[in-house]
Amino acid sequence: MLNMIIRRTAVALPTLLILVIVTFVLMHSAPGGPFTSEKPLPPQVLANIEAKYGLNEPLYKQIFMYLQGIVTELDFGPSYVYKDRTVNDIIAQGLPVTLTYGAWVIVVMLAVGVPLGMIAAIKQNTWIDYLAVGFSILADLLPNFIMGPILILIFTLWLGWLPGGGWNGGQWEYMIMPVIALATSYMASITRLTRSSMLEVLRSNFIRTARAKGLPERTIILRHAMKPALMPVISYLSPVFVYVITGSFIVDAIFSTGGLGTYFTNAAFNRDYAVMMGVTLLTGGLTILFNLLVDLLYGWIDPQIRY
Amino acid sequence: MQNAILTQTETAVRGRSQWADARARFLKNKAAMVSLYLLAALILFAIFGGQLSRFTIDEIDWQMLGMIAELGGPSVENGHYFGVDELGRDLYARTLLGLQISLMVGIIGAVVAAIFGTLYGAVSGYIGGQTDSIMMRTVDILTSVPFFFIIIMLLVVFGQSILMIFIGIGLTNWLGMARVVRGQTLSLKNKEFVEAARALGVPTLTIIRRHIVPNLIGVVVVYTSLLVPQMILLESTISFLGLGVQEPQTSLGLLISEGTSTMQYGTFWQLGYPLAFFMLVLFCFYYIGDGLRDALDPKDR
Repeated sequence: MLNMIIRRTAVALPTLLILVIVTFVLMHSAPGGPFTSEKPLPPQVLANIEAKYGLNEPLYKQIFMYLQGIVTELDFGPSYVYKDRTVNDIIAQGLPVTLTYGAWVIVVMLAVGVPLGMIAAIKQNTWIDYLAVGFSILADLLPNFIMGPILILIFTLWLGWLPGGGWNGGQWEYMIMPVIALATSYMASITRLTRSSMLEVLRSNFIRTARAKGLPERTIILRHAMKPALMPVISYLSPVFVYVITGSFIVDAIFSTGGLGTYFTNAAFNRDYAVMMGVTLLTGGLTILFNLLVDLLYGWIDPQIRY
Repeated sequence: MQNAILTQTETAVRGRSQWADARARFLKNKAAMVSLYLLAALILFAIFGGQLSRFTIDEIDWQMLGMIAELGGPSVENGHYFGVDELGRDLYARTLLGLQISLMVGIIGAVVAAIFGTLYGAVSGYIGGQTDSIMMRTVDILTSVPFFFIIIMLLVVFGQSILMIFIGIGLTNWLGMARVVRGQTLSLKNKEFVEAARALGVPTLTIIRRHIVPNLIGVVVVYTSLLVPQMILLESTISFLGLGVQEPQTSLGLLISEGTSTMQYGTFWQLGYPLAFFMLVLFCFYYIGDGLRDALDPKDR
């Protein structure tokens, strides 16, 4: 276990380093720096500003300074566009929102997807099964940026039940549509995966033995079939974090929820490289952390797995 | 006698090759066949649909401006088959362009990723040893890189063009392919029939050509076809955010985004047509990919 954690960290560090270097090199090869505007600044002023942000130093030194700031003080540096805010401020504003509804998304897709898949497998070839399969097929065709508009169309414009956007401190009326829009398509995959792996487990020999012993169906499913059937679902959770973060950009754009995506997209439009880099690094690090947690969970559920 | 048996088995084998088998299975898959015909129709439409268009993508119909919600709807009489967008441009021409770009991004992107990933994976798997472990560790490291962000950075830094999207998307999606191909190559390398070929003195190149590559093609085709809808989704996601192709060029993702922002004025066709085409394209590729997987890799079910 410890061995695995160490090995993972050994992969994580070069990953993050590559990220820093790639983003740094990218932003320095950009034509026109972050302070290029339609009204050109006097060269003297520009030089002063660049000195203030350390942009006149050689590249390796800038990278080093940036890394030092992150490692020692968790400081992602100043924003190049908003003079009065640092990247940390921007992240502190956007990240809680994204994490709040992101966590709900993961909860909802598991709480709905897994039971639905299980029931579909247990009642194979009944209407429940067909319903679940139909749902999982349909949801494939409804990625978040299709779900979002459709939800707004139905629940805001036609029925008028839910507000069409905003965050409002995370009130449930504001959260419900973003969460559904983001959860649906992954949930469908989870349903399908759970169903097929449950079907496979239910046909296996040890389940037949359990049935032959006369165990009640309930015990068979909850105590014997559930755990092995969930294994592929858990390994399918690794990409979920990236999915949620990427999808949250779309959700932020559709529902104006004000998450990390809003700031990243704005930064991309404004060429605010500092913010883009900060967000990229942060999500990179969080992704690695999340995948590590999933792997630990996997090893905990199935002791057969050795790292 | 022995000769007779040999020729008999040989003809039997030739009668049902792996590919004939796969083709038969694919042809029997209704969803996949429907998708195939539908996709063919969509591609034909994307290529020749422009003949019907009476407007160019950036031509503004001044008569419509200010009255788009009332006059801009789909109509055959004024030539705007799909209506006009909020700027009074013909939505038929624009949806067609979006469809072309989505199909192009999906297919070319997937093929590029497939070629690169296959080469990388096959080399890594076939050489094995230290080289293999270094090459695969590199893939491990790259897999944890949030490429979505990198693509957006590439687009921001080097300008938002279709070429840049191709490069960005191609860069990111060969990793999974490399892994799959490498695994397959590794297991093929030690299979009995390869061993037998080696024992018979078949030269290495011939082994790769006759035994490894044909067995890889199935996996590669399946994986590539499953990659296509992912590529289309990725491009549309980026375009939806407004960071993809630039006006007056357009893509289905951008059109859906525009349609979303105007639907509160009652101009549902601006969302409906791009959305319908987008879902059709996704539907076709998903089911063709599914069908190919079932046909070429039946043990995977």
